Amino acid sequence: MSVDPTEDRSVSVLPDGLWTQPVADVPGGDGEDPVRRLTVPAAMRYDYTPGLAQSRFLRGLAEKKILGERCPVTGDVYVPPRGVSPVSGLRTTEQVEVGPSATITAFCVVHIGFGVNAPPTPFVSALFLPDGAAVSLYGTMGEVSHEDVRIGMRVEPVWVDDDQLTTSMENIRYWRPIDEPDVPADELKGHM
Amino acid sequence: MSANRVAVVGVGQTKYTAIRGDVSLPGLLREAAYRALDDAHLTMDDIDAIVVGKAPDFFEGMMMPESYLAEALGAVGKPLFRVHTAGSVGGSTAIVAATHVESGVHERVLTIGWQQQSVSEAMWALSFPIPFQQQLVAGAGGYFAPFIREYMRRSNAPEDIGILVALKDRLNALKNPYAHLHEPDITYDSIKESFMLWEPIRYSETCPSSDGAIAMVLASESAAEASSAESGVPPAWILGTSMRSEPATASGRDQINPDAGKECAADVYRQAGITNPREQVDVVEMYVPFSWYEPMWLENLGFSPEGEGWRMTESGATQMGGDLPVNCSGGVLSTNPIGASGMIRFGEAALQVRGQAGDHQVDGAKVAVGHAYGGAAQFYAMWVVSSEKP
Repeated sequence: MSVDPTEDRSVSVLPDGLWTQPVADVPGGDGEDPVRRLTVPAAMRYDYTPGLAQSRFLRGLAEKKILGERCPVTGDVYVPPRGVSPVSGLRTTEQVEVGPSATITAFCVVHIGFGVNAPPTPFVSALFLPDGAAVSLYGTMGEVSHEDVRIGMRVEPVWVDDDQLTTSMENIRYWRPIDEPDVPADELKGHM
Repeated sequence: MSANRVAVVGVGQTKYTAIRGDVSLPGLLREAAYRALDDAHLTMDDIDAIVVGKAPDFFEGMMMPESYLAEALGAVGKPLFRVHTAGSVGGSTAIVAATHVESGVHERVLTIGWQQQSVSEAMWALSFPIPFQQQLVAGAGGYFAPFIREYMRRSNAPEDIGILVALKDRLNALKNPYAHLHEPDITYDSIKESFMLWEPIRYSETCPSSDGAIAMVLASESAAEASSAESGVPPAWILGTSMRSEPATASGRDQINPDAGKECAADVYRQAGITNPREQVDVVEMYVPFSWYEPMWLENLGFSPEGEGWRMTESGATQMGGDLPVNCSGGVLSTNPIGASGMIRFGEAALQVRGQAGDHQVDGAKVAVGHAYGGAAQFYAMWVVSSEKP
C-alpha cells in the first residue's frame, strides 16, 4: 500500500462540525501563543504475506473471478477464504468460483463522507451474497438511487478497467442492480 | 460462582467528556483508581494485582500503553494483566479481575478500563483502507446499521423505537454527574430531526466519542467484609460471570440475535440462579451504542421473547420507573470511552446494588446485570451482582 506521508487525510466529514474534537489548550512560554494542535503525520510500510487461501482469492480477483473455498463438513463456501472453515475448524481445500451475480442481504444508507475512496453521500453500504457463497462481502452500491435499494435485490460487480486490475479487493469498484426478481428476505437469514 | 466468593467494594469514575485536556493519561487513570480505592477505604498498598483493559491500540496509536503506565496504575512490583476483547473489553476485564480473586490467588484486585478517544479517531480506525481486505467505508455505524434495518424488518417495530431509547438514555444521563452528554433540552422531536448518519441511525441515536476511565476494587469474602465495615457501604456480591464469542463471519450466523449473546446470558443466569430474568433482575446496564440495540439485546438476553423487545421500550418498562430499568446511568449512548464502556456497565450494576447510584438509583435494587459486547457483535461479557451474599 502506498501512502503519501505528506497527505493530510481527511477522515470523516460531517456537516456543522458534528463530532469535531475540541482543541486542547497547551500553554506556551511567556508571550508566546499557545500551541493549540499538533498534526503529526505517521505512516507504516508493511510487507504482507496473505497465505495460501487468500493468495488464491486475490489472484482470482486479478482475473475478475471471485474464488471461495468449501467447508469439508457443511459444504458451505466461504469468501474471502481464510483456509479454514469457521464452523468446523477444518482446512478448506476445494476452490469454488462464486458469483459474479449476488444478492443484497443487508444494507444502510450512509450520509457521512469518508475521505478515502468513498462514494459521494448519500451512498449505500451493503452486504452482497455472491451466488454459490454462504456468507456476504462488503461493498457499496452504484448506478441506483439509495431509495430504490432493497434487501433481496439482485446485483453484479462493476470492475475496474482491465489495465487497472491488481490482486486487490479494490478491483470491484461497486455493485449495480441487474434485472432479476428479488430473493425473499427470509431466505437470506444466516448468510449476512 | 463455584469457587471463592468475590465482591465489588469500590467503584471510581472520572468525569467523562469529549476531551480531558486537564490531565495526562496517567493522571486520568489515577483519578479513577484513587476514587475506587477511597470508596473501598483502601490504599494502593492493599492491592495485590492489577487487571486493565482498553480498546485496540491502533485506536489511539499507542502500543501497549500498560507498560509505560505501570507506575500510574500502581503496578510496580505487582502482577499486571491486560485483556483484549475489542468493545466488550471493559466487561471481560472485570471478569478476569474477578477470577484473580475467585481462584484464591489474590485478596484485593484493582481493575481499570479507559479510553482517550480525543487523541484519535475511532471512525478512521474502523475504516482504514487495506487493499487485500474487504473494506467497510462507513465506520462502526455503517457496520451495525444494516443489522438494525433487518431487526426492524423482522420485528415490524414502529420506526420511532430508537428515538424513545435515545430520549430515555439521554434524560437518564442528566441524573448522572459523570455522564459525558448532558443535554437538558433534548426532546423526541430534536432526536427525530437530528442528522441521519447511517440510515436508520440518526446522530442523536449514536454514542459520543469520550475520554475517561473507570476503576473497581474486587475483594475476597473476608477482604470485602472488612472493607465494608470500614466504608459502611455493602459489597456488591458477584453471583455469576460469563464470556462467550463466535466467529464474525460464519454460515448460519444470526447477527441480529447472536447465539453467543444468548449463551452468555443463559450461562450467567444459571450461575446466579435466575430462571425468569424479567422477574428476578431489578436493573440492567447493557451495552447500547446505537439506540435500536436496546430492544435487540432485551431479546438476546432473555428479557423478552424474540421480536418483541421493542414492546418493552415502547411501554416504558425500561424507564427508571418501569419494571426493568435499563441504563439508568445514561448508558453508552451518553458516554463512550470505548475501552471503559463495558466496565462502566459492570460498575454501574455494582453501584445500583450497593445503593450508591445517587439520582439514578433504582429504589431497593438487589440484583443487577452488567453486559458488554464487542467486535462484530461477536464478543460478549456479562455479570450478575447482588446486595445479598450468595
